[in-house]
Amino acid sequence: MSATSAIQLDAVSLSLGGRPVLDRLSAKIALGGITALVGPNGAGKSVTLRVIDGLLRPDSGTVRIAARRRAFVFQTPALIRASAAANIALALRSLSRRARAARVRDALARVGLQDRAEDAATRLSGGEQQRLALARAWAIEPDLLLLDEPTASLDPAATDIVEGLVTEMARDGATVVLVSHNLGQVARLAGAMIVLAGGRAVEQGAPHQILLKPRTPETRAYLAGELPWTSFAAAS
Amino acid sequence: MDLLRRGLLTLSLAAILGAASPACAEPASIVVASTTSTEQSGLFKHILPMFKDKTGIDVKVVALGTGQALDSARRGDADVVLVHDRPAEDKFVAEGFAEARHDVMYNDFVLIGPASDPARIKGLGVLEAFRQLAAAKPPFVSRGDRSGTHSAELRAWKDSGIDLAAARGDWYRDVGQGMGPALNTASALGAYILADRGTWLSFKNRGDLTILVQGDPRLFNPYGVMLVNAHRHPTVKVKEGQTFVDWLISPEGQRAIASYKIDGEQLFFPSAAQTAK
Amino acid sequence: MPILHETLLRLWTLDRDVIAIAWLSLRVSLTAVSIGLLVGIPLGALVAVARFPGCGILTGLLNAFMGLPPVIVGLVLYLVLSRSGPLGSLGLLFTPSAMIAAQATLATPLVAALTRQVVADAEIHLGEQLRSLGLSAPRRAGILIYDVRFSLVTAALAAFGRAISEIGAVLVVGGNIAGHTRTMTTAISLETQKGDLSLALALGLLLMGLVVAVNAVAALLRGYAAKAYG
Repeated sequence: MSATSAIQLDAVSLSLGGRPVLDRLSAKIALGGITALVGPNGAGKSVTLRVIDGLLRPDSGTVRIAARRRAFVFQTPALIRASAAANIALALRSLSRRARAARVRDALARVGLQDRAEDAATRLSGGEQQRLALARAWAIEPDLLLLDEPTASLDPAATDIVEGLVTEMARDGATVVLVSHNLGQVARLAGAMIVLAGGRAVEQGAPHQILLKPRTPETRAYLAGELPWTSFAAAS
Repeated sequence: MDLLRRGLLTLSLAAILGAASPACAEPASIVVASTTSTEQSGLFKHILPMFKDKTGIDVKVVALGTGQALDSARRGDADVVLVHDRPAEDKFVAEGFAEARHDVMYNDFVLIGPASDPARIKGLGVLEAFRQLAAAKPPFVSRGDRSGTHSAELRAWKDSGIDLAAARGDWYRDVGQGMGPALNTASALGAYILADRGTWLSFKNRGDLTILVQGDPRLFNPYGVMLVNAHRHPTVKVKEGQTFVDWLISPEGQRAIASYKIDGEQLFFPSAAQTAK
Repeated sequence: MPILHETLLRLWTLDRDVIAIAWLSLRVSLTAVSIGLLVGIPLGALVAVARFPGCGILTGLLNAFMGLPPVIVGLVLYLVLSRSGPLGSLGLLFTPSAMIAAQATLATPLVAALTRQVVADAEIHLGEQLRSLGLSAPRRAGILIYDVRFSLVTAALAAFGRAISEIGAVLVVGGNIAGHTRTMTTAISLETQKGDLSLALALGLLLMGLVVAVNAVAALLRGYAAKAYG
């Protein structure tokens, strides 16, 4: 594994319920920075994220991860019916009681929820809940942060806040892998981009290059669907 | 998560307290396996407080059919049995489950039926009445539960020369229950039934039923008491059990039995005078 | 309806014996349900959370045991606790402890099956996140139990309803001994057998009152707690 790659997937295949979802997928994700996983529905983006996290085990192929601590933020924030603080604390089992309390305080402050520590997590707004999920991820001090469409169900204002937090965490040194359907968001945040189609990585590179000059027919077809006012398909 | 921990603690405490409390400060007690007729007639409720006042011993009565009561004692689950089926009691002693059987008291069976008496048995002797029932085939309710009363009924059919296996049909309802439920069924069906007088007197849901045959010596229903043999079951509380048996057949216990009355009518008649120490 | 009038009159004049019977019923059933919750909740949650061979069979068993006939439980426990049985030396037959054991046997699979269901539902939403945090199965089970705690009140009430209203098991292992193991249900049965239908009905009304009262207290507690974390 090269010194600069955080994640290396080699010929990873996986079937779920008898249906192949990853088909000899190979990809490299560099250490540090934000890498976006894009592609049409069913391309295998979320599954790839789960394979990287270890939630799903591939049927064949190898997955190499150079990360000590991982954090995963889901599209719908997975929060238990407890206070905001308790939702963060449950990720910090290994810390002493005092250290845990301090870390919880810092994490809430980091996402601007310091005044909501004792509020029920389920009573927070959608944007606040996603910020809380990010705060939990932050509290873990991950060197690998996995985000599965974290802003898909948020309004623009909440999306701005969440994007700002993700950018900051990447700046602090975490490798971020972001699944997104929002190509504008990808262009704003990501330094690298992997296009998936049919369970394979069909194209990798810098977002501005791929978005402007897609090299494979799958990428062109996908971009034509996402950005119908452009005409990559015709340009080829 | 403190709430959860507190909840668990409360639950554990409740479970421990609940499970432990019956064990503490338990007075001396014995288990008596007896019949539904003695329990449901209210006799025990009348005499047991007197016994407890005198000896401090708590008597726990498990009311079953005579057959079940004897089986339960055979398993070692009772210290004393008080039942009414002489042949079954003699067998119990012969098997070595008790060293002796003592007469305690008797009451009598009564043949009950609807006041209209469609089988026309009123005032007959028992054997004639049963022959008449087998001929007329009106609804008849049988306990069918191996109880002393059930045994007495089966003896009556046999002694009157009826082959029950051949004669029984839709009219013969075998309910397999205690005296009370059987009486409830008979009351609902307007059926004939053999019952012990004690349960009948304390029974409230009589409907149209009334006593049609009584007083025949064959309806005599003696009760016997036995202390379970500690050689068969070492857990038997011999001292307390013997105290209870002795008290029942003592003049004092016999007077207690005789003093139990419902609406001025005596239910059980002491019979231990000849065997009392 | 003269019987209704008589019933209400009897209800008004219920004596100390009846109160003792009601208290015994409550004590036995609440203790049995407590044991059922202590065992059933972790068991159900673990079955919902853990992936192991045969976990489908265990789920099916739990669901089937929800409908365990009380008389069968009573009979098996009778044979086990009888002096001639394997646990006869404990001397538990015909004691309140035997009745608690019988009702706990009835309550545990019911609690476990209902817990498994609500925890499995919560797992759909939270399971990946908890596994992603690297938490062990018992730990995940604990967190999910906490998450669904308000729904578990329903499981507890269902178990209590099953326990306090059953007669088959307590009658066989308790023996319906006056002042010792006589519960509301065995007393109602006895009075029915004696043909004293108005007293049986009065006791029945009292039993229903108890059940309603316990449900009301649980609903209040649940509402109070859920106000904070619904």
